[in-house]
Amino acid sequence: MEQLIQQIASGLASGAIYALVALALVMIFTATDHLNFAQGEMAMFSTYICWQLIQWGFPFWPALGFTILFSFLLGVAIERVILRPLHNASVLSIVVVFIGLLAIFHSLAGGIWSHTIKNFPSPFPTVTFAGSGYIGSHQIGMIVVSLLMLFALFAFFRFTPLGLAMRAAAQNPVSARLVGVKVDWMLALGWGLAAAVGAVAGAMVAPVVYLEPNMMASILLYGFAGALVGGISNPAGAVFGGFMVGVLENLVAYFGNLTEKTFGIYIVGNGEKLTVALIIVITILTLKPAGLFGRTTVKRV
Amino acid sequence: MAPLLEISGLKAYYGATEALHGLSFTLAQGGITTLLGANGAGKTTTLRAISGLVRREGSIVFDGRPIERMATEDITRLGVAHVPEGRGTFVGLSVEENLKIASYGRRDKSGVKRDLDLVFTYFPRLKERIAQQAGTLSGGEQQMLAISRALMLGPRLMLLDEPSFGLAPLIVQEIFHIMRRINEEAGVSMLLVEQNAALALNLAENAYVLETGTVVMSGPSAELKNDEGIRKSYLGY
Repeated sequence: MEQLIQQIASGLASGAIYALVALALVMIFTATDHLNFAQGEMAMFSTYICWQLIQWGFPFWPALGFTILFSFLLGVAIERVILRPLHNASVLSIVVVFIGLLAIFHSLAGGIWSHTIKNFPSPFPTVTFAGSGYIGSHQIGMIVVSLLMLFALFAFFRFTPLGLAMRAAAQNPVSARLVGVKVDWMLALGWGLAAAVGAVAGAMVAPVVYLEPNMMASILLYGFAGALVGGISNPAGAVFGGFMVGVLENLVAYFGNLTEKTFGIYIVGNGEKLTVALIIVITILTLKPAGLFGRTTVKRV
Repeated sequence: MAPLLEISGLKAYYGATEALHGLSFTLAQGGITTLLGANGAGKTTTLRAISGLVRREGSIVFDGRPIERMATEDITRLGVAHVPEGRGTFVGLSVEENLKIASYGRRDKSGVKRDLDLVFTYFPRLKERIAQQAGTLSGGEQQMLAISRALMLGPRLMLLDEPSFGLAPLIVQEIFHIMRRINEEAGVSMLLVEQNAALALNLAENAYVLETGTVVMSGPSAELKNDEGIRKSYLGY
């Protein structure tokens, strides 16, 4: 039992990261109908920036603050400089650009900081408390920071004029322009926010998975899965999906180990948790193609 | 008095296809003008060209300012409110948010308040449904919302694209009645595109008839209504 709670708790912690990545993906998807494959590598690159600042002697939080700002500007710049000219390009060319960005950030990070694995400090103090046996302080920190981030974004989109303008621009670009919203800038802003969210996800997960150019690869995959399961067009659904995938993968490993112990048969273990989690995701998508909370868009012809 | 909108030699393109072939007309300050014409005559395209939603050439002068090179959002902010074909509702936003977003560009906060009150006196139904998702409104209510949203921009000129489309006659009557009131009480000039020519000629003082991208006839509505050609082609008697 204790182990089960432990597994769920750590599933929630990694789920929080998947939720952030999923949210970043959804933000760009709802605004542009594109899945940004480079989201993970952008987050990885941001995490390196944060690490570098810490190496130069900045305390963690100011370093993260600066990293968020940097990532935001980087995201805006990518949209304005690289994607803007491609507005009327076909989906495939845009996919190629995303893959190109992925490769560029990957080798850039490797080139600047080398491919060796680095330790990334956790900003959260190691303390012992009543539930320490179940969950580590960094894991709690991950969950808290992610939730704060999610609430801040929710409040931004729900209650500020700019947030409303961004939602309007994503829903109906033509109508948005007709009420005076600068839709192009809203897209750039969406990219900036997505990059900033990715940066937070990267800095939170780096102490766990260690810093290296490949650190976000599987996380991006889980983030995708979470976003798709929850419904790629629904931010709240994507966040839920992220948490779900996180818990799911740990439960798969847990029950796998359990069956092995009780029956002596090895079915699944730690090594297969990604596989099984993805099988579950695919099953859900086969049954509900729009995701658990996604809306099926009906187009009138 | 100088015209509010002066268009000359207007061409518009969809890709490489020229859809308007040098259109010219003017719109008087404070009045309602209608564009008549069959399907594909270029009525909607004319409105889209004015608000910069399609590539265009030629001269468009609004209130003494050339706007043919301006971006849609800037034209909107100058005071041209386009009520698009199909209403352009933000279906996922609430009725309130649909109205609010149109007023963000405005500096005169007292004017925003006044216009919101005006919207609710014109369309009390929208006030009842203020918190509802706009996508759940009926077609007529969405048209009311589209006109209200345009009004919230504090416009000098409204471009109305088929406001009667797909609506029951009673609702159409109500909406056209309110359009006249907006024109008279709020002093908003209007350029109306309508399939229903009888309706349009009753509301508007002046009319232009378009055929395949050019103006073929124009004059006061009262005169056009009695023109035999117009009667046969557009009024059906």
